[in-house]
Amino acid sequence: MEKLKYALFTGCTAKESTPEQMMSTLAVANKLGIELVELTEASCCGASHLQDYDDFLSLVLNARNIAYAEKHGLTMVTICNTCQLNTAMTKHRLDHNAELKAKVNAKLAEVGLEYKGSSQITHFLYAIIDDFGLDKIKEMVVTPLSQFNIAPFYGCHNIRPSELQNESHKSHESAYTPTSLDDLIIACGGVNVDYEQKNKCCGFHAELQAPRTAAVLTGNAVAGAMDANADWMVTPCPLCHLKLDTQTHHASVAIGREVSLPVLHMQQMVGLALGCTPAELGLNHHVTKVDFV
Amino acid sequence: MDTIKSQQVTFKVFRFNEETDYLPYYNTYVLDVTHEEVVLDILNRIKWDHDGSLSYRRSCRHGICGVCAIKANGKGILACKTRLFDLIETFGSEITLEPLSVKRAIKDLIIDKKDFWDKHAAVQPYLVSDIEEHPASEHLVSPHDAEKLLEADYCIQCGACHYSCPALEINEQYFGPAAFAAAYRFSADVRDEASVERLHTVNEEAQGVWDCVKCMECAEVCPKEVNPIEKITKLHNMVFEAGIAKNNVATRHAVGFAHSIAKHGLLDEGELVRYSEGNIGVLKHVPVAIKMFTKGKIVLPWNMPKADKLDEIQKLIKSSSTVKF
Repeated sequence: MEKLKYALFTGCTAKESTPEQMMSTLAVANKLGIELVELTEASCCGASHLQDYDDFLSLVLNARNIAYAEKHGLTMVTICNTCQLNTAMTKHRLDHNAELKAKVNAKLAEVGLEYKGSSQITHFLYAIIDDFGLDKIKEMVVTPLSQFNIAPFYGCHNIRPSELQNESHKSHESAYTPTSLDDLIIACGGVNVDYEQKNKCCGFHAELQAPRTAAVLTGNAVAGAMDANADWMVTPCPLCHLKLDTQTHHASVAIGREVSLPVLHMQQMVGLALGCTPAELGLNHHVTKVDFV
Repeated sequence: MDTIKSQQVTFKVFRFNEETDYLPYYNTYVLDVTHEEVVLDILNRIKWDHDGSLSYRRSCRHGICGVCAIKANGKGILACKTRLFDLIETFGSEITLEPLSVKRAIKDLIIDKKDFWDKHAAVQPYLVSDIEEHPASEHLVSPHDAEKLLEADYCIQCGACHYSCPALEINEQYFGPAAFAAAYRFSADVRDEASVERLHTVNEEAQGVWDCVKCMECAEVCPKEVNPIEKITKLHNMVFEAGIAKNNVATRHAVGFAHSIAKHGLLDEGELVRYSEGNIGVLKHVPVAIKMFTKGKIVLPWNMPKADKLDEIQKLIKSSSTVKF
């Protein structure tokens, strides 16, 4: 197989509050022999909030990020669900609206760039599953996670709206019965746990504006995983990770029950199975202690 | 002739009578379903062949009246337009049929939608316009202006999004996606004269658009493809454009992204929290921030990374910004 190569859009958290996500992405890519070209010019995607203030500005900035992936002639890989949604949504809107695309390109021309629509945008989770292949990962597992019950937490912005999301990757994912993360857990030798909240919202995006709503959603998610006997949770989204890893105190108060579970980034789980060391995966950067390795 | 495909399905149907039952229960029916049957056909078969006391709402059978909305395995659906074989593809051959909101059940699949209608009514879901009794000409809407409604008028008030919204499930004051789609429908209408009044209503904290958790479930579940969250975003934009955005944590949180990107290209996470909450409000985040700091999760201001070619980003922000706060 030809070596896989992608343009990596890291998003902001990988450079700030979730350094372990960046470390584990690079460690796993290295193990799998995937080449990632970091888009160092990329800006913040606006995280679904900038567009509430200034939708056009949000489109221009995201189109600029995609334009850099296009310059490399590569598929853009995201490692944050919200980056994925914002970028894919921008692509969808520009590819289906010539007038809007021309307006955005008129702005990009001011800095010598053009959005063409030639690069695909996919989350690293789907790049691994669709392009690398679960069977090959399975073959490469050196430390099967067989003693762990692992609760997948999909994160809204990778699975909804499914019509848009399913344009971005080859495998079909249902918003109601998603399977990608479960399949990846199984490929890593773990036991996937089924629970009601696995495809629900963690509350991250309303944390400041509606703190109680956000805390109850976090609490429900962790409680759901605990009640299903999960040893830990795993998520492809660093924003879900932040919420589930750092906010369990508020969540416990909000739902009137002590909840807490270690939460791993999807890349950390794969890294553990592939034999990366805890230090390589940044497992010491978690607020909720990862006590099983 | 094509052979009719059929499959055996186990249906668990929610039963509850507000007047006689303390707790709900489920009845199980194992039925052969054909590929052309919709959920409403199954409800009818259960009622007509097995248990005449099963209660559910039905009327048009054409996906336009909105009364037959229920949940199948947690997914909001219109019973009359959802094919069993599509449900089987998603959920397998065990299908649980429940009312849209279990806690609002009156009788079996019938719920009390009072909260839905109250919230719908609160956004003035009608055209407000002073029109002469005998106008000399028609009040025309150009195709271009009609497009601005973004198909928000396709909403049939079925409640599928309203009762699937996690923000509303927790905060009962929250208007929810259907009311917002209706608010947008009329505020975006060029003939309407109550646009700003409506925007004030949806701009209030706790009940308004700021409490949206952005889970996208309303876009996913809507059987008429209204895409309510797109309208919620539009309402946010209209609040800023109308110059009525209040200076509060929610508005500053949206605006803060623009400030941060202009400065670093990236989001300065710590500064966003400080800017949104204010210098005093931010103090409540200190305990978590300390924990995060000890784990290397906080970048100090002087170490804040910057995007390459920041000048490009700054130039684009200058030339592409469309609103001011």
